[in-house]
Amino acid sequence: MAEPLLQIREISKSFGSVAANVDISFDVTEGEILGLIGPNGAGKSSLFNIIAGEIAPDRGEILFAGQRISGIGAVACARLGIGRTFQVVRSFDSMTVLENVMVGAFLRARRTRAALRRAEEVIAVCGLAGRSDTVAHRLSPPEKRRLEIARALATDPRLLLLDEVLTGLTPTEAREGMQLVRDLRAQGITIIMVEHVMEVLLPLIDRAVVLNLGRKLVEGVPAEIVRHPEVIRAYLGDRYSG
Amino acid sequence: MVERAGRALLSRRRRELLLGAVVLALLAALPLGVSGAYLRGLIVLALLYAGLSQAWNILGGYCGQISLGHALYFGIGAYTSALLFTRAGLSPFIGMFAGGLLSGLSAFLVGIPCFRLSGHYYAIATIVIGMMAALLASNWDFINAAQGITIPFHGEAWRNLQFRTAVLPFHYVMLVYAALMWLIAWVIEGSRWGFYWRAVKDDVTAARSLGVSIYPSKLAAAAISGAATGIGGALYAQYVGFIDPESAFDLSLSVLIALPAVVGGIGTLWGPLLGAAVLIPVQQLSVAWFGSAAGGIDLMVYGALIMVLALSRPEGLVSFFHPRARQEAVDHG
Amino acid sequence: MGLLYAVVAAGLTLIFGLMNVVNFAHGALLMAAMYATWLIHRSTGLDPLLQLPLVAALLFGTGVAIYRVLIARTLQIRVNGAMVQIFTTFGLSIFLVGLAQLVFGSDFQSINASFLGGRTLAFGAVVLPLPLVASGVVSLLVFLALFRLSRTEFGRALEATREDFEAVALIGVDRDRIFGIGWGIGAAAVGIAGVLLANFYYISPDVGTNFALIAYVAVALGGFGSILGALIAGLVIGLTEALTALVVDPSLKQIGIFLIYLAVLMFRPRGLFGKL
Repeated sequence: MAEPLLQIREISKSFGSVAANVDISFDVTEGEILGLIGPNGAGKSSLFNIIAGEIAPDRGEILFAGQRISGIGAVACARLGIGRTFQVVRSFDSMTVLENVMVGAFLRARRTRAALRRAEEVIAVCGLAGRSDTVAHRLSPPEKRRLEIARALATDPRLLLLDEVLTGLTPTEAREGMQLVRDLRAQGITIIMVEHVMEVLLPLIDRAVVLNLGRKLVEGVPAEIVRHPEVIRAYLGDRYSG
Repeated sequence: MVERAGRALLSRRRRELLLGAVVLALLAALPLGVSGAYLRGLIVLALLYAGLSQAWNILGGYCGQISLGHALYFGIGAYTSALLFTRAGLSPFIGMFAGGLLSGLSAFLVGIPCFRLSGHYYAIATIVIGMMAALLASNWDFINAAQGITIPFHGEAWRNLQFRTAVLPFHYVMLVYAALMWLIAWVIEGSRWGFYWRAVKDDVTAARSLGVSIYPSKLAAAAISGAATGIGGALYAQYVGFIDPESAFDLSLSVLIALPAVVGGIGTLWGPLLGAAVLIPVQQLSVAWFGSAAGGIDLMVYGALIMVLALSRPEGLVSFFHPRARQEAVDHG
Repeated sequence: MGLLYAVVAAGLTLIFGLMNVVNFAHGALLMAAMYATWLIHRSTGLDPLLQLPLVAALLFGTGVAIYRVLIARTLQIRVNGAMVQIFTTFGLSIFLVGLAQLVFGSDFQSINASFLGGRTLAFGAVVLPLPLVASGVVSLLVFLALFRLSRTEFGRALEATREDFEAVALIGVDRDRIFGIGWGIGAAAVGIAGVLLANFYYISPDVGTNFALIAYVAVALGGFGSILGALIAGLVIGLTEALTALVVDPSLKQIGIFLIYLAVLMFRPRGLFGKL
């Protein structure tokens, strides 16, 4: 069995006096869809940002394909093959959908034609084909989410970090989104997803890591997680556990 | 449907190129319809500034680093060429090349520390560097200090880039210069850098998450912009036949280089040309009409024009041709 | 002189640092103040020193007017907002200089018979020109005033408005009024500087440019948004200029200032106390 794609070792991060992450450790196998769940304030966003290189951890390290990546920065992480979306969508508002995705594509394709072709492929996969020429700030929120994914996808990532891409969608949109995630995995991309909506997430993921108050609570397959008393307590409070 | 979008982008690029060729042809034919040394000279100047401003635009508009010290590169180019011509007898074409090289290098060196500074701090740093250069030049005897260098007439020839009375050859020289700058800007617009710079202007964090690191490209942009400005300076030196620190390194020159791009449309392809086409004639004509009679009116007209244009058309004169651009600019106030 | 630079700088930092607006017309305002002083002195014989409140008020009004007429518009503009401000105020500057040339001609003027002019003050062995000393004193007072102002409710409102332009409107702050007053005060500060300068410096349409440039460097050196920074930067600049003049050719004395500026910025890209 090959080594895990992502190895997280005792990651800790504090912001001032607030401990966002404390001794987080787990592995992510290549090709799996991992769910990162936990109530608000559990430290999910912070961990995401650390994996993506946006923030450097205070302690601990992360190995991506055997290579140390903690503290190398977001740009280097992207180059190594880690793509991400942002919880609050950050689109390049003055550029069209196609241009947005091309920015991502340019990471691997130096020439404009090649980037253009790659961007077109990605746009098709993500279901944005009809909106390629639309300026980004005119997109609807779900479309913007897709754009985020498409843009990250264009960088040809091995690992994709999806931050609440399925939140707040209508059931139809959510189903389409879930199918997209499965399609991406079928292409060989490893995915870590942060979500709040359990009904959407649990059927999708292979495994889950539950965080609470900065620490890792449990990890395991969805079926186990759902029944785990501590998880229930974390989400619903003491009254409902046991 | 997917391919349509890509093709739309490519065809838009081709159309721009076509339009560029048409404008080039028109401008090339212009001297046929315009006679008189004064008017022709005006056009030559406008073309020069169109080129200079486009060179500035590459760094200031596309890359987003507003430099108000570009006269430094102009001066370096002008002086290098002038010195090589007057003291070593080298053709201005060589001088232009050397000047461009030096000014490009200077721009690169200036960029290394200065790109760490943000917005206004950067602008002021460039002003300061420009002024330092002006001061040093005024006191450096090797280059004749404040007296400047007069370029003697060595005989009418293309090799010397000097012509006894005709302004026409310079029309074409400056036209080629301006066209070349336009072309460079066109290439950059559709290149990886062009996309990256636009992305960073919109959202730096998102850009970084896509692997965009622009520090190296900024330095390259600076070098190109500086070199191009230097070449313009060399051309100017041969055209006017005289340069001194005040005309080559002055702050007002730096502003004059940037102004057409800003007024015409910063970061756009046609902005500098439009801006130069409007500003230079207005400035020169108001000096001619009002200058001596009631000193000051020319400045008032010039200043008022800048104010009016800046306020009413912040996205530049190009918005007259691109209604969508204007809408985007004022939409969300 | 350092203090004088500082006052001009203070006015600028107020307008810029506190409102995210660059005012390239600052030099022109200085020039305007000096001409106003001269004019009033010529026509009424009122001593410059006594004119301080008058000219200050005049410039205050001008500042507010400029804001209302020009700057308020620029804040609506999304694209290139900063560029528009730079070039609008720049255009204004050119306009005003042209106006001055038209009305007053390009020749130099000066005030000869003022209370302070030409006199000196002796501190033991050191003899200083009185106007300079007086300027220093007044400048310091202005700074203290500005300092106290920044602590007041108004000062805080100004800062809040700068930080989050949109949110402030929601809590009922009249942005235009606040910024307008801010501009007015900034202009008044420059006005005071102008009056002081008129005592011993020559007056011409171009006089503002050089001072304004030093002011910008001072503001950037001290850090945008910091009044204390502007003060310290102004002093540093004044000192550096004087020292440099001793070492090198006087026409090069500004080089010292520039070098210091660049050196500091290398280590502190936001200036000494910058909040931006």
